[in-house]
Amino acid sequence: MGALPGTSVDHPTPKTAGIGLRLQDLAVSYGDKAILQDLSLDIPAGRTTCLLGPSGIGKSTLLQRVAGLVDGPGQVMSSDGLPLTGRIALMGQGDGLLPWLTALDNVLLGARVRRERPDRDRAQAMLVRVGLPDVSGALPATLSGGMRQRVALARTLMEDRPLVLMDEPFSAVDALTRLKLQDLAAEMLSGRTVLMVTHDPWEAIRISHAITVMTGDPATIQRTLNPDGDTPRTIDTDAARDLWRELMHALGQVS
Amino acid sequence: MNRLVTGVCTAAVLLGIWQAYVSISGIEPFLLPGPFAVAVTLVERFDLILRHLGVTALEIVLGLLIGTVLGVTSAIVIHTIPAARRIGLPLLVISQAIPVFALAPLLVLWLGYGLWSKVAMAVLIIFFPVTTAFLDGLRRTDPGMLDLASIMAATQKPLRRTLALLIHVRIPAALPALASGLRVATGVAPIGAVVGEWVGSSAGLGYLMLHANGRMQIDLLFAALFVLALFSVLLWLTVDALLRRALPWQPDSFAR
Repeated sequence: MGALPGTSVDHPTPKTAGIGLRLQDLAVSYGDKAILQDLSLDIPAGRTTCLLGPSGIGKSTLLQRVAGLVDGPGQVMSSDGLPLTGRIALMGQGDGLLPWLTALDNVLLGARVRRERPDRDRAQAMLVRVGLPDVSGALPATLSGGMRQRVALARTLMEDRPLVLMDEPFSAVDALTRLKLQDLAAEMLSGRTVLMVTHDPWEAIRISHAITVMTGDPATIQRTLNPDGDTPRTIDTDAARDLWRELMHALGQVS
Repeated sequence: MNRLVTGVCTAAVLLGIWQAYVSISGIEPFLLPGPFAVAVTLVERFDLILRHLGVTALEIVLGLLIGTVLGVTSAIVIHTIPAARRIGLPLLVISQAIPVFALAPLLVLWLGYGLWSKVAMAVLIIFFPVTTAFLDGLRRTDPGMLDLASIMAATQKPLRRTLALLIHVRIPAALPALASGLRVATGVAPIGAVVGEWVGSSAGLGYLMLHANGRMQIDLLFAALFVLALFSVLLWLTVDALLRRALPWQPDSFAR
């Protein structure tokens, strides 16, 4: 992975090159309603895996289960056998920026909640890297949707975790901005283990090394595809269109 | 500017109707004095009214400060500690079911004729709106923000994590709700102070009005009432402006 400026600053958790995950027999239910059942999946280290499925199927719930934000039967294991606590960065649906903090202070949120000394220079460097050199003092409300997503990406990079969970992070921006952000995210997060939820097959095709299709109610893994080539992928190729057809077929099999 | 013109015109029309009614009907001045007579009294007795306003203003401001501190503290405690929630929430509702006005004589009995029984009345009357508004705000934090901050604070001890989420996410996110509660509180705090003065006091605008009423000095009563209303409106506008300035990130617009 490309060395980030300042990644050598001391950090509470030792950084590894990327950790693989093994999800085993995961299940989550809210009350009597089972959302996920018998869900097992291997997530390769240092790669981007997309969870693809229709809206409302439980993709976000799976992400929350992996993050430890919801409980349930089954196990989430890391490839090095160490606990995941403190090794996850989350990029949620929407930008999740705190509206009362400036862009720079939002990037520094992790340090704030952990009562660490905020490294303002490194935060500013992160903003520069996502293409926003001049917004550090701006409140989120004064930024465009695409800029807010970039700040959110800078905040995710600032956390510098080997495992990054993303929940439809670019679903709220226009198509062109989305393409740019996908490229940016693919570049910035390369080398980390990324698990990203999306309902957009083209997004999955563009940026993932592995695409896992979720279907059913309660949801389970339908199949996993491992397309060839580097990411971000160009999508106006025959291979990409074949992949799209295959994904749509997999998504449609149960409905 | 336009708003000022509208306001002055509205006031002029209402005062005109009042004066016309008094002049035409020939009603006795000790029943209803005209606005002109009230204005004359206001100027003549201004020192007296101002002295009593000072007392009432102090009661209101102290009541607001103490009531806000108590309300904010209660909301945080009720929100954070499960045991406090089980006990505190019902108590909060019951406290509102008891009319504060019925407690006024008791407060005078316990705290005396002076300042503190009135401050206590103001505190009691604003405690509920401040506490419930802030508590509602604390409960309504965006789950996405909480998830994010929880993951960021995952390595912290549970207590410290709860505190970090409270300080960095829940409380700031609830400030607009608290501001709504404070606006209501600022509007009703003068009622508490004046009711307290009616029940038993030797100073304050409430005392002055009761005193004037008993001596058929209705013009003085109206003059004191006018000053009280003016003070309350100015206090509200000041608090509103301060809250707006303190929360510049909060969207703020009227219907177009």
